[in-house]
Amino acid sequence: MAVADTRQPTQAATGNKAPPGDAPKKTPAPPELGKEQELSAFRLMLLIRRFEEKAGQLYGMGLIGGFCHLYIGQEAVVVGMQLTLKEGDEVITGYRDHGHMLACGMDPKGVMAELTGRQHGYSKGKGGSMHMFSVEKGFFGGHGIVGAQVPLGTGLAFSNRYRGNDNVSLTYLGDGAANQGQVYESFNMAKLWKLPVVYVIENNQYGMGTSVARASATTNLSQRGRSFDIPGEQVDGMDVRAVHAAGEKAVNWCRAGNGPMILEMMTYRYRGHSMSDPAKYRPKEEVDKMRAEHDPIEQVRARLLAKKGASEDALKKMDTEVRGVINEAAEFATQDAEPNPSELYTDVYA
Amino acid sequence: MPTPVLMPALSPTMEKGNLAKWLKKEGETVKSGDVIAEIETDKATMEVEAVDEGTLGKILVPEGTNDVAVNTPIAMILGEGEDASAINDAAPAAGKGQAASKSDGQSAKPAQQQKGQESAPPAAPDQPTAKEAREPAQPKSAVAAPPKPETVPEPDVPEGTEMVNMTVREALRDAMAEEMRRDQSVFVMGEEVAEYQGAYKVTQGLLQEFGALRVIDTPITEHGFAGLGIGAAMNALKPVIEFMTFNFALQAMDQIINSAAKTRYMSGGKMASSVVFRGPNGPAARVAAQHSHDFTAWYSHIPGLKVIAPYTAADAKGLLKSAIRDPNPVIFLENEILYGQSFPVPKLADYLVPIGRAKIVRSGSDVTIVAWSMGMTYALKAAEQLAKDSINAEVIDLRTLRPMDIETVVGSVKKTGRIVTVEEGFRQSGVGAEIAARVLEEVFDWLDAPVARVTGKDVPMPYAANLEKLALPSVAEVVEAAKALCYR
Repeated sequence: MAVADTRQPTQAATGNKAPPGDAPKKTPAPPELGKEQELSAFRLMLLIRRFEEKAGQLYGMGLIGGFCHLYIGQEAVVVGMQLTLKEGDEVITGYRDHGHMLACGMDPKGVMAELTGRQHGYSKGKGGSMHMFSVEKGFFGGHGIVGAQVPLGTGLAFSNRYRGNDNVSLTYLGDGAANQGQVYESFNMAKLWKLPVVYVIENNQYGMGTSVARASATTNLSQRGRSFDIPGEQVDGMDVRAVHAAGEKAVNWCRAGNGPMILEMMTYRYRGHSMSDPAKYRPKEEVDKMRAEHDPIEQVRARLLAKKGASEDALKKMDTEVRGVINEAAEFATQDAEPNPSELYTDVYA
Repeated sequence: MPTPVLMPALSPTMEKGNLAKWLKKEGETVKSGDVIAEIETDKATMEVEAVDEGTLGKILVPEGTNDVAVNTPIAMILGEGEDASAINDAAPAAGKGQAASKSDGQSAKPAQQQKGQESAPPAAPDQPTAKEAREPAQPKSAVAAPPKPETVPEPDVPEGTEMVNMTVREALRDAMAEEMRRDQSVFVMGEEVAEYQGAYKVTQGLLQEFGALRVIDTPITEHGFAGLGIGAAMNALKPVIEFMTFNFALQAMDQIINSAAKTRYMSGGKMASSVVFRGPNGPAARVAAQHSHDFTAWYSHIPGLKVIAPYTAADAKGLLKSAIRDPNPVIFLENEILYGQSFPVPKLADYLVPIGRAKIVRSGSDVTIVAWSMGMTYALKAAEQLAKDSINAEVIDLRTLRPMDIETVVGSVKKTGRIVTVEEGFRQSGVGAEIAARVLEEVFDWLDAPVARVTGKDVPMPYAANLEKLALPSVAEVVEAAKALCYR
């Protein structure tokens, strides 16, 4: 059974000293997705990309304030992982969270209206970009303190074990959060109590402006669970097929009661850390190369056209449809009213 | 219709910038994500990416232009099948900016211009609050006052109810056991709570009755297990998390404040955690500064938390049961020195004490003494001594610090005209400071003397027995303060 492999990650387990910005290592060609799955992955990634582009634009117009962390470039991670989930599974992440919300099926209108701080935003305009939640859709936030979602996600897994169901908690964190102490406290308890949690480390190679190599004594983050005997694997996070294959293995491992697993998704963010980050800490060529050669959406587009018999026209039509959804969301988010002043004092206590 | 590209705000504070360079020429094709220009802000040079696809039809602001205001159209993008002649038609409208839709040309106004708008927005399909959307926005002056905390009156203990003497420790254990019998989602977690039967034996017997799934020994990782408990609560379990002492909860402070206290608000009420953090708080005996510290004021500062600090066994039991049932995060501050003290507790199947209500435990007319938890031991003894000097003190056990029952305190001050607060915590920004401010705000005219505070001294707790005694409040200090207020 494939699960046994997870204890022996395919990638070198020690000292990955590759400089940041190198192309993700190619794992052996991952299993292909069916045409329908590939098409739905394509649409969802496109939805996230267009949403984030629009959010960037609205930010530029002063309609979105404060912090706004865009997910552009990392779409394959959340879309590939989402394909492995079932009803009742939980998703939780940090502050680069718009993609996760859309992947969980949250309404782009409600998400965008939260970004603009309006009354029909998911949090009534009180949370903003980093703080939205939809327990019905299995999305538990949206957390602004680096690493804080990791014990919380471990607690979601604890509740699954407590109830004796076979649901799994997908707990996302970044390469920056991987150095937080509470992450290791969580790893310890998760393994000790065999909690069903997949820790998905989205390694986009920079914690704000600091590269992984400059912040981390060991850079193969998939092996950060070794002291706790938690299996881990590095995955090409730009390839939705690879994400899906690794995700399925990890989620099944957890469902079967084997305890936690770590997946390190080698990915890349095209934009700065937040809107006001000019990203001068990395060469422009590095960004251009990732965009040109590893773009998660273009990879799927190419496969759909070359191997899956999709037509340019059909894909273009899909893009137009997605743009329509996003424009509608932006329209809603800019026309919706700000929260009623009476909301100032609500929701402090039940 | 041609789409304008607007001068973007590239930081929360940017109002204008310099157009440093165009990277695309007129007539060139652009697609989403292409970098089309570089903008200098006050902090850095930033790239501007295209959002819309088409042809760069016209550059409206040439490179090298300084101080271009945010939202000024800087270029026009032509859609498929459009030519430059379309720009002249569109240009006048472009000045208002285009936020949302390029199909209808509807202009979006910046947020600050939209306040108080009357038009009903389209209903969001996924949102249950469409009704509010139809209600006209209220003017700014309609900001509601902070709501008064709602509390239920304390139920009378029926006449003839048997009173059983028990220690605070036993009362707390019974409260947890009763709530665990009542609700399968309640569990207890912490260091040494199960096999060891509790570092202070508060959880004695729980493992035997409820088993290892519901009574869980944790590793010594306060930050981690506090967060784990909050996560479980977000998924509708009801954790009772024991800190061996609240000194160690400093390690968990981020999770308690940022994850537990704030989430209900930040989610607009969509998600929250019903969780109790409990354990001994405040000075213990001869353990020095790191293990002897009263954190009451810290927690009472935070909206979103409820903070309870009982004195008697009956209140410990009734309030802990209420805390476990409360849908909000509750900080339940016990006291190591009180664990072994016995008090009468009503023998009732379900004895609940409401959160947020103070109790007048001794009626008097000359001076009000307000205390809670360990502070009550000083207050009650002081009242007895004062009585010998014919000073009739009213003693209030605050019991809950947040929400604070200031009405009971204020009502008492109206009667006595004098007030002394007693706490083991530090003086600066202590709970006594808050009570003093509220009394001054609400009943200044009733006061016959300044507010007096008896507190722990402004030093880390010393180890030496004599110094420790000096650092703590004393009965004598309370008596002295009360007498001074009475000009005696």
